[in-house]
Amino acid sequence: MATATPLYRARRRRSGIAMGLSLAATLFGLGWLVLILSVLLYEGFSGLSLKVFSEMTPPPGADGGLLNPIMGSLALTALAVLIGTPIGILAGTYLAEYGRHDKLSSVVRFINDILLSAPSIVIGLFVYEIMVAPMGHFSGWAGAVALAVIVIPVVLRTTEDMLTLVPDTLREAAASIGLPRSLMIIRIAYRAASAGMLTGVLLAVARISGETAPLLFTALNNQFWSSNLNAPVASLPVVIFQFALSPYADWQKLAWTGALIITMTVLALSIIARIIAAPRKTS
Amino acid sequence: MVDLALHGQSVVTGEIRSRAKILDRLRIGDAVFRQLTRAAAVMVLVILGGVMISLVIGASPALREFGLGFLVEETWNPVTERFGAIAPIYGTIVTSFIAMLIAVPVGLMIAVFLTELCPMWLRRPIGIAIELLAGIPSIIYGIWGLFVFAPFLQQYVQPALIGLFGNVPILSTLFAGPPYGIGVLTAGLILAIMVLPFITSISRDVFDAVPPMLKESAYGLGCTTWEVVRYVVLPYTRVGVIGGVMLGLGRALGETMAVTFVIGNAHRISASILAPGTTISATIANEFTEAVGDLYTSSLIALGLILFVITFIVLACARYMLMRLERRIG
Repeated sequence: MATATPLYRARRRRSGIAMGLSLAATLFGLGWLVLILSVLLYEGFSGLSLKVFSEMTPPPGADGGLLNPIMGSLALTALAVLIGTPIGILAGTYLAEYGRHDKLSSVVRFINDILLSAPSIVIGLFVYEIMVAPMGHFSGWAGAVALAVIVIPVVLRTTEDMLTLVPDTLREAAASIGLPRSLMIIRIAYRAASAGMLTGVLLAVARISGETAPLLFTALNNQFWSSNLNAPVASLPVVIFQFALSPYADWQKLAWTGALIITMTVLALSIIARIIAAPRKTS
Repeated sequence: MVDLALHGQSVVTGEIRSRAKILDRLRIGDAVFRQLTRAAAVMVLVILGGVMISLVIGASPALREFGLGFLVEETWNPVTERFGAIAPIYGTIVTSFIAMLIAVPVGLMIAVFLTELCPMWLRRPIGIAIELLAGIPSIIYGIWGLFVFAPFLQQYVQPALIGLFGNVPILSTLFAGPPYGIGVLTAGLILAIMVLPFITSISRDVFDAVPPMLKESAYGLGCTTWEVVRYVVLPYTRVGVIGGVMLGLGRALGETMAVTFVIGNAHRISASILAPGTTISATIANEFTEAVGDLYTSSLIALGLILFVITFIVLACARYMLMRLERRIG
């Protein structure tokens, strides 16, 4: 072409280099994902057996599994969701339905976004101050509350986003047949936004199932089986932390297995959440 | 009210009464529900206020004992009960700085790839893969960093760095000392991998918000893809990109588990970034349950307060900038 002046060629070349770099950056980013997952699969699978799910955490040098931390994690997560979800949904409802433009909503929205990415260890300190210190001992309840504080902003955010997607004509239609506002929200808006709201809860579960920092000094840890939530409770992330930093090879092995279980749970949850939310996006 | 016309007077009054009752009930239910949602919304503010107040109360013994000197004192000695925060603060800032140094350019380039180059059918899968990277819990990064990444760095990368910069004036102190594997550099690199997906996904969303008309006009003038990115997309989205970067920074500053595994937990400031150090969150995670004595515990909570204040400011700026961009577009 006649326009292929040196300047033009230099510009083309520069663009080519930049785009090549962007491709390289993407491969670099995805490479870490592959690298981490493959090591995790390799190390974790070799230790995976039925024993992991049926036996307690062992003392160093002995055989054992991860039954008590798995059950502990399930209990803490379930409790946290039970505490955090209603608060998150109700607050999201206020933001999307009642106070869409009022001052309180914009302040809450701002603060919520900050809580969403606040360091979780600080939340652990907060719960330590309000629950562990006054009660005088570490407890499963404190761990559940710490996790609930992390659940609230996630659920609040998705609830608000999903409710604002519900078309206003639906609300007007409900109002026109005489439905009071609260019933309109519960029976119409919630139902229309249910898939999205469920996604929010799943994402919150995914987020807290790997949280370690806030549990370190709330739920602490427990070497044994415990169904008493008023006492320290073992949880998978904390056990991984303890076992991985120990000098014992069999403990480290169990830590890898635990890490594999957590990662698979989290990935499965976020993929399910995406599948649930997906049809809504396209329609 | 059709039934009003059909039925006799006596029936009507009864019916009106029961209707009024139902309406009353609904009205009360309505008000209760409204107040309930409002209370839940206020709860969010109460939580943040509670975090702030509880940290200040918990930190007050240490702050009273050491005063503002706490911020600049390097000693951290549980035996003599002398505590100072500068070493963890320094570690937090340096590790986050290393992380941002790597994650910002790489994250932005991935976002450019996803919005400008990537074929349509590949965009969603790659986007999801990057977001999965964000979903992996930090403890996984920690255990991976400790058992895989740190030994790798110790064996190959760090000796090379020491050899390479051994004779360069300033860099030789930066990369001095034996290759421990764990240390400030390792923690910074792990953090970079962790915040990369946050920066990528926000910048991608922000880049997607550029009106196609603007980009097409630039292409129409004969701009190359890079020139469109450099002179149209980036200037248009500058505020949003900075917001996203600061959001990533907020994450990096507060990240606990991944760093705790690989930083070495040494309370000192070393000129070399290969040396072990500590960060605020790693110190708290490592020492809190073992802390004996009120002053020790209180000093750790004071560290938490400092971390909270720093991240609060960073995150607030980030949100403010993202909000400004949103307002301009919306």
